[in-house]
Amino acid sequence: MWNFIHRLASPPHFYRIAPRIVPWLAVPGLLLIGYGCYAGLFVAPPDYQQGDAFRIIYVHVPAAYLSMMTYMIMAVSAAIGLIWRIKLSHAVAAAAAPLGAWFTFLALATGSIWGRPMWGTWWEWGDPRLTSELIMLFVYFGYMALRAAIDDTVKADKASAVLALVGAVNVPIIHYSVYWWTSLHQGETVMKGKMDTDMLVPLLINILGFTLVFGALLLRRVRAEVLFRERRTRWVRDMVLSAAGRGT
Amino acid sequence: MSAFTMGSYGGYVWSCFAMAAVVLIICDWRARVRQRQVYRDIEVRIKALGPDNAPGEGQ
Amino acid sequence: MDGETPGLFTAVVAVARRDLLLAWKRPGDVLNPLFFFAMVATLFPLAVGPSNEQLEFSGPGVLWAAALLAMLLSLNSLFVSDFEDGSLDQMLVSPQPLPALALGKTLAHWMTSGLPLVLVSPVVALTFRMPVAVVGVLMLTLLLGTISLSLLGAIGAALTVGLHRGTALLSLLVLPFAMPVLIFGARTVSLVATGDSVAGGLYFLAAYAVLIVSIAPFATAAALRISNE
Repeated sequence: MWNFIHRLASPPHFYRIAPRIVPWLAVPGLLLIGYGCYAGLFVAPPDYQQGDAFRIIYVHVPAAYLSMMTYMIMAVSAAIGLIWRIKLSHAVAAAAAPLGAWFTFLALATGSIWGRPMWGTWWEWGDPRLTSELIMLFVYFGYMALRAAIDDTVKADKASAVLALVGAVNVPIIHYSVYWWTSLHQGETVMKGKMDTDMLVPLLINILGFTLVFGALLLRRVRAEVLFRERRTRWVRDMVLSAAGRGT
Repeated sequence: MSAFTMGSYGGYVWSCFAMAAVVLIICDWRARVRQRQVYRDIEVRIKALGPDNAPGEGQ
Repeated sequence: MDGETPGLFTAVVAVARRDLLLAWKRPGDVLNPLFFFAMVATLFPLAVGPSNEQLEFSGPGVLWAAALLAMLLSLNSLFVSDFEDGSLDQMLVSPQPLPALALGKTLAHWMTSGLPLVLVSPVVALTFRMPVAVVGVLMLTLLLGTISLSLLGAIGAALTVGLHRGTALLSLLVLPFAMPVLIFGARTVSLVATGDSVAGGLYFLAAYAVLIVSIAPFATAAALRISNE
């Protein structure tokens, strides 16, 4: 087991093994999403307060959950790369960032659209989750901008790792503090009470499905990132030449 | 059919699901494009250098 | 005794004193952000119109946003001159712990940017017809908030020192972490007008400052080392 992980951390091995793992994540993930959306849209009963509009939850919550999970993945791999200097770790952090930004955007957009029939406006500054998600989107942008601004890859890895770690401490604080503030003064805008099983199951299925698909996307991005970082090495050269020689 | 209108919330609900699908498709497409681009660039550079020109190890 | 390296506290004070002296010799660095703050705060009533209610309502928010922008403006020069003249290298190899030196610089920066903002704010608040009680809370929130902003800004400045177009990047990096400060600062001041308790907001600002001060010197030091490689 440790041997497998150890070998996985070596770029050439990762490059070869990753595409074999991807289908095992993508296919079940898409199937789960398909079923989860079907059940969420047609099987789950309408909400007592929100009617059919609550069904947006089936994409909104997975997006929001993934936006935060991606950040943790980014921060943890940045830390691992910084402390143990594992190249692949930095590649994972770099590859995760755009995905995290996309999911954050999706969470914001679906949250905003959900808010329109609920609050009557496209944006509600009073809502803590929207505000803290917006902050997280900016953190992602800052991370990507910092990476882009530094030419040297090693330096960019380290600098962005520091930023990711500062954010990792801050983002939970921001998330909870904004929530705490609004709940003190404005009353909850969250859907209260336990969820019906009929409503909950598709949500869990979708969360799992989206996570698996995210895993597949991440592996593919990391693979491309690894290829880019190793582009001048011998193993890449040999691999490309032999692939060209085989006529693929 | 009520599935389409979703009790008058149809526009909101369906646009969210559509957006989710679009985001996934974009991410998939961008991953493919990036992989292809990096690979092509390497091919081009190796052919330009000539197959007998050994590169250095790593960066 | 002779030959003993100075203690931690001495080092922090020495670094802070040097920066204060430098700021004294170049008052522009201190005054520019202040002018910017005053300008924004006075332009707003001009543009929006003299309706009293509107001014009182928007005062806290506008003043806090202006203060944040002024702080961002002042952060650019935090490490740049040291980077250029080699003092940064000296700090990196000094026997004093780098986080302490970073803290010293941040302290000096706050005294030349945050503190003046706090002191000037009552004057500027006049244009918004702020009652005295509200002004007091404004100053308190600015005091607590600018401490966090200076510390956060130091991290950003350390990450972007020597980078091409570092200025915009610095703002982008600091902004997300500054947003809670802005939100709580402005809203707390608004609460005074409605008679609600401001304790919660002030506690948050204080707690946030404590959190940031426990992270920032180390993050700043790490960032300085990385940027200077």
